[in-house]
Amino acid sequence: MKKLMTLAGAAALTLASLPTQAASPWVVENATAQEECSACHMAYAPGFLPKRSWQAIMANLSDHFGEDASLGDAARQEIELYFTAVAPRQVNGVAANAAPLRITDLRWFRGEHGSRLRNRAANDPNIATMSNCTACHRGAERGFFDDD
Amino acid sequence: MKKKLGIATGAAMMIAAGVMANGQRDAILSGFAAEAGVSSFSVDAGRTLFLSQNTGGKEATPSCTSCHSNNPQAQGRTRVGKVIEPMAVSVNPERFTDPEKVEKWFRRNCTSVLGRECTAEEKGNFMAFMMSQ
Repeated sequence: MKKLMTLAGAAALTLASLPTQAASPWVVENATAQEECSACHMAYAPGFLPKRSWQAIMANLSDHFGEDASLGDAARQEIELYFTAVAPRQVNGVAANAAPLRITDLRWFRGEHGSRLRNRAANDPNIATMSNCTACHRGAERGFFDDD
Repeated sequence: MKKKLGIATGAAMMIAAGVMANGQRDAILSGFAAEAGVSSFSVDAGRTLFLSQNTGGKEATPSCTSCHSNNPQAQGRTRVGKVIEPMAVSVNPERFTDPEKVEKWFRRNCTSVLGRECTAEEKGNFMAFMMSQ
C-alpha cells in the first residue's frame, strides 16, 4: 500500500513538473536556476551535493565563495525549492549530517582529480580552476563526465 | 534584388534595435540622474571607478577589472573561468538595456568590489564611461 502511494506520488510529481520523465539530478532542469547559476559558472547539478548543502548555499548568497551572488526573493526561493526537491538526502562519502559547500572538496572528486590534473588546471588559464568542469568535460552541462 | 531588399530590411531592423537599446539606456540613465539629483554624468569618474583598486570589498575582487579585464572592449573572465562578454556598448550593444539586470549586477558587484552598494551617481558615471567605449 505504501509502495502504491509512493508510486502515485511520484507519478503526480512527474506529471506536474515534466511530462516525459522524472527530474534528473545530473542536469539542471529548472530554467531560473540554469540562468542565474550559469551567469558566473556552469550550473552544477543538484545530485553533486546533499539537500542540506544546497540549503546552506542558498542561505548565504551574499557571500558566495567570496562574491556577492544575491538574488531577489522570488528567484532565490524558486531555485532553493528546485535544488532541495531534486538533490539526494545523502551523498556517498559525505557524513550523514555534514553539509559540504564545495563539490571540489568531496573525497570522490579529489580521488578522480589528482595532483597532476590539479597542477594542469592551475597552470592553464583556459581551465583556471577545478570548478570549471566544462573546460575538460565538454558534456558536463548535459550530465556527461565520462569523456576523460 | 530580393536579396538586396532582404539586406536592406535587415539593416533597417538592426538600426531600429539600436535605437531601442539607446532609448532603454537613456531611460536607465535618467532614473539614476533623478535619484542622484544631477543633470549629467562624468565619463572620467566612471573610468576612475572602473580602474580603481579597493580594499573595502571581498578579497578576491579588489577591482572591476579583476573579472572584466582593464579593457572594456575585451572579454573578461569570472573567477571560475567563464567568459564575460565585453562591457563597452560599442562592441556589446545589449549592455545596460535591462533595468533589472543593471540593478542586480551593480548591487552584487559594488558589494563585492567596494564592500557597499554604489550610489546612483556612481552607477550613472560607470554607465556613461561604458557608453563612451
